[in-house]
Amino acid sequence: MKGRSLAAQQERLGWAFVTPTLVILALVGFYPLVQTFYVSLTDARLAGTRPEQFVGLANYARLAGDATFRSSVMTTVVFTVTSVSLELLLGLTIALAVNSRFRGRGVMRAAMLIPWALPTVVSAKMWNYMLVDTYGVVNDLLVTRLGVLETKVAWLAQPGLALGCIVAVDVWKTTPFVALMLLAGLQLIPSTLYEAAAVDGATRMQQFWRITLPMLRPVILVTLIFRTLDALRVFDVVWVMTRGQSGTETMATYNFRQLMDFQRLGYGSAVSVAIFGLIALFVVAYLVVMRRWREADLS
Amino acid sequence: MIRRALFVLLLAVIGLYTVFPFYWAFVGSLQPESRIFASPAWYVPWPPVLESYRQVFGSTTFVRSLVNSALAAGATTLLVLAAGSLAACGLARYRMRGRELTLMVILAMTMFPQISVVGAVHTLVTRLGLYNTVAGLVVSYMLVTLPFAVWVLTNFFRSLPRELEESAYVDGATPFQTYWRILLPLSAPGLVTTGLLAFICAWNEYLFALSLTVTDRARTVPVAVANFAGASAHQTPWGAIMAASVVVTLPLVVLVLVFQRRLVEGLTAGAVKG
Repeated sequence: MKGRSLAAQQERLGWAFVTPTLVILALVGFYPLVQTFYVSLTDARLAGTRPEQFVGLANYARLAGDATFRSSVMTTVVFTVTSVSLELLLGLTIALAVNSRFRGRGVMRAAMLIPWALPTVVSAKMWNYMLVDTYGVVNDLLVTRLGVLETKVAWLAQPGLALGCIVAVDVWKTTPFVALMLLAGLQLIPSTLYEAAAVDGATRMQQFWRITLPMLRPVILVTLIFRTLDALRVFDVVWVMTRGQSGTETMATYNFRQLMDFQRLGYGSAVSVAIFGLIALFVVAYLVVMRRWREADLS
Repeated sequence: MIRRALFVLLLAVIGLYTVFPFYWAFVGSLQPESRIFASPAWYVPWPPVLESYRQVFGSTTFVRSLVNSALAAGATTLLVLAAGSLAACGLARYRMRGRELTLMVILAMTMFPQISVVGAVHTLVTRLGLYNTVAGLVVSYMLVTLPFAVWVLTNFFRSLPRELEESAYVDGATPFQTYWRILLPLSAPGLVTTGLLAFICAWNEYLFALSLTVTDRARTVPVAVANFAGASAHQTPWGAIMAASVVVTLPLVVLVLVFQRRLVEGLTAGAVKG
């Protein structure tokens, strides 16, 4: 009897502790989300004074035929696939290099955190400055100093090239983060495994393919999903570097333009809902992975 | 021997790729305008010219944005730690029905696409009378920082030993006293980590800061840096932008160097079990 009342008391207390957080998240997350769904069915304007009209699914019908939105989805997918795969490849290389013991390893690890900690706006501006066509240092190095290119390149003004530059900046900023995640995973692999493999005469390459990669798989998977979700939401670096010009319009910059520049709250909200649905699919995948993992952890 | 040389070369290339943009920003911040626009470029800022820094600190827009950012990030951190540590304590320590579900919802919210609610948050903040205020930014930053903080802190609270807490109950302490006197002090390292992550996240936030502010009154550093305009409209004031970048980067570098281990722990907490 006493145990039961204690359990009830614990339950009440637990919820009392969680309530402030749930209230805040309901206010800034769930309520705006519901509001977005509702507004997407109207012709509301941002900061508009005239009452909005209910238009049913008209915004979604328009979205289905919106070629600019479709191309922004494509651009986002291309950006995500290229930047995330480059980050994983480079990040793994760096993690393996830093995982071996050498002097200055601590400093290297700290230095890797700096690009991650920097505001994306600042890193984008730093690269903008380096990529200026007439007097930028990238053209200066490639054309004037090394002679690799014959003429100066307008890096951010050509479709394809501009997106490539944005990928390069994202890789620069995020690879260290990926490397740190993978490094943490590497350090969990027991060294006895390698010792046993060495006794059995396994080469370094065999050890990598047979021990390192399989043991690292869960961490790689989580990092992959984590980065993919981040990349699908990309806004800052694109908005600062190109404003979505030169074939770099992503889902987020397109949505922002509709909402804030054109003040189309109704249509913009329909775009928001579409983006939310797309990203929710990935989040569900992530949760399934995490859940399976936690269950494995508990057993 | 060759392997060793290749290894060193690899480290050097990675180091250069990481470091050169910083070096170039630093160089740009110390060049007079004539050299910034010069081609071929000047690689060494000698003699250094402090004109850009004078310009940046003479700009009320930039100085005000530093204050706004400090206020917004500071208030966000405190609120997130207060609400987040309570929630984490509840989720980690008490048997509750629906606890797993709550945790999963919170984890899902760490992935929330902020762009999807920018319009609605804009409406909400305007209705609350907080448009173009630092307080309005703090409201929106809860969405960005709180779910992550609860997640990291819950994992941290789980790792604390139960004995102290149980003996406190035996001594007749109330649950809140136990939280305040026992669990919170024990979790100080976790709070530092989470606080740092929340602060950096709020300090760097751009999307909401751009949507919810319109004048210097509430503009934060990222918005100010992105909008930096010079005296003349046709030439970008790169010297000043790079000086501002250096000014914003330096405190972060110090933070990162001092709290390196803590930050790595916090960042990897979600992805690596143990």
